[in-house]
Amino acid sequence: MMNYSPGPSETPQRTPDAPAVHADGLTVVRGTRPVLRGLGFDVPRGRITGLLGPSGCGKSTLMRSIVGTQAKVTGTLDVLGLPAGHATLRSRIGYVTQAPSVYDDLSVRQNLDYFAAILDPGRSAADRRREAVTRAIADVDLGSRADALAGNLSGGQRSRVSLAVALLGTPELLVLDEPTVGLDPVLRRDLWNLFHTIAAERGATLLVSSHVMDEAERCHRLLLMREGEILADDTPDALREQTASETVEAAFLHLVDEAIAAGDQSRKESVR
Amino acid sequence: MSTTATTARTSPVAPPRPRALSPARTTATASRVLRQLRHDPRTIALMILIPCVMLLLLRYVFDGSPRTFDSIGASLLGIFPLITMFLVTSIATLRERTSGTLERLLAMPLGKGDLIAGYALAFGALAIVQSVLATGLAVWFLGLDVTGSAWLLLLVALLDALLGTALGLFVSAFASSEFQAVQFMPAVIFPQLLLCGLFTPRPNMHPVLEGISNVLPMSYAVDGMNEVLVHTDVTAQFIRDALIVAACALLVLTLGAATLRRRTT
Repeated sequence: MMNYSPGPSETPQRTPDAPAVHADGLTVVRGTRPVLRGLGFDVPRGRITGLLGPSGCGKSTLMRSIVGTQAKVTGTLDVLGLPAGHATLRSRIGYVTQAPSVYDDLSVRQNLDYFAAILDPGRSAADRRREAVTRAIADVDLGSRADALAGNLSGGQRSRVSLAVALLGTPELLVLDEPTVGLDPVLRRDLWNLFHTIAAERGATLLVSSHVMDEAERCHRLLLMREGEILADDTPDALREQTASETVEAAFLHLVDEAIAAGDQSRKESVR
Repeated sequence: MSTTATTARTSPVAPPRPRALSPARTTATASRVLRQLRHDPRTIALMILIPCVMLLLLRYVFDGSPRTFDSIGASLLGIFPLITMFLVTSIATLRERTSGTLERLLAMPLGKGDLIAGYALAFGALAIVQSVLATGLAVWFLGLDVTGSAWLLLLVALLDALLGTALGLFVSAFASSEFQAVQFMPAVIFPQLLLCGLFTPRPNMHPVLEGISNVLPMSYAVDGMNEVLVHTDVTAQFIRDALIVAACALLVLTLGAATLRRRTT
């Protein structure tokens, strides 16, 4: 039943305006602790959505849920029109974990060759794979280190190899967990330019998490998270305007203070 | 130019085959595992040389009693691949779990069977090299006296290697560090080593221990080796032993597949 590639054109229920990710009442429990508490949001297609919040607020858990590797997910979570974790989604989503997940004892090119062979197997696809690998290496600007062992690269270079793997196979949705952490400003700028190119030219949807607030300004939309809940879901401009703040960082702090104040208020009321 | 034309024509129809075992993905995995090993020549050298050195040692330990060397040597030819493959596989899959590459692979269109079969294929190939060298050395240079065919020794050695791969894959699910993984070696292998009939024939053991040895797969590996040692043809007993080892390997591989979870907490 799932024996064919559902290209974006062949599936009638998915209009271009339908969100890439749609969540409603999304809850995730780890152990006995709820990590995500009834989230509801949409990630628009073809745009870069930033997922921001302090470490430990549930960003990675949310991303794992979208990719389909998180257990104990309840509520509604649709990804590219299908329930998250659906088998056919696996070739349509690119996912980069926070820690680079590549083989340290393989060269950059060998890593990419292998993952490309998983995405697009068979001898007949060899030429296509070679092209995809070359393009992914060029995308992350690792051409000069293509034959170096991943284990001998610097931290930033290794995370770029991990990113290159996610770019193989031209995914419709890219889920990137802190892809710019530990990179110098020049590389960070280059990567953000690459993200914009991917969104604009390849029509891909990007969901990028970060706890660096200045990166928020480069996103089309923002989801601000705190303690497993969504504080705000808007464009950077609207957020600044709404909170009368100069920067997204100030807007975020403003919203956090408001949330804390509201929490105190409700606690006092419940005591009374 | 012609390549772009074919890509344009084939890509919309290219079936992604999301589930079943895919030979292309399996061989891609196997060659990736072998490539990783190639960057680690010392491990390969150790895997291949240690059994040979041990057999050489054994030959001169039993210098005065060649019959003892025959029986222990033949048993060891079956036990070495099991132990080596157990260790290598448990560490390799543990690494795959802790480095995040397993999560990444399972988020891709890779079947669990592809991953396991890929590992089994790669380590199986290595086990063949190891067993060929060890068996060749024992039979032609150390005077190991086998009545049956050396090919049958090799067959049992290969099945043992598969069993070792299966056990290693399975226990790696219960180890959260390399320290724990290595400690599973004495826990899983030593009892089998003591009870497999290497030190004393199994009927001489306490009945309880003999009963336990009857359900441990290594016992049948050693029995099979001893069948080849004393019989010229393929006996029914040998076929039974080989089938039991193969069935155990398959069973444990299936259990190992069940420990690979796409969704984790």
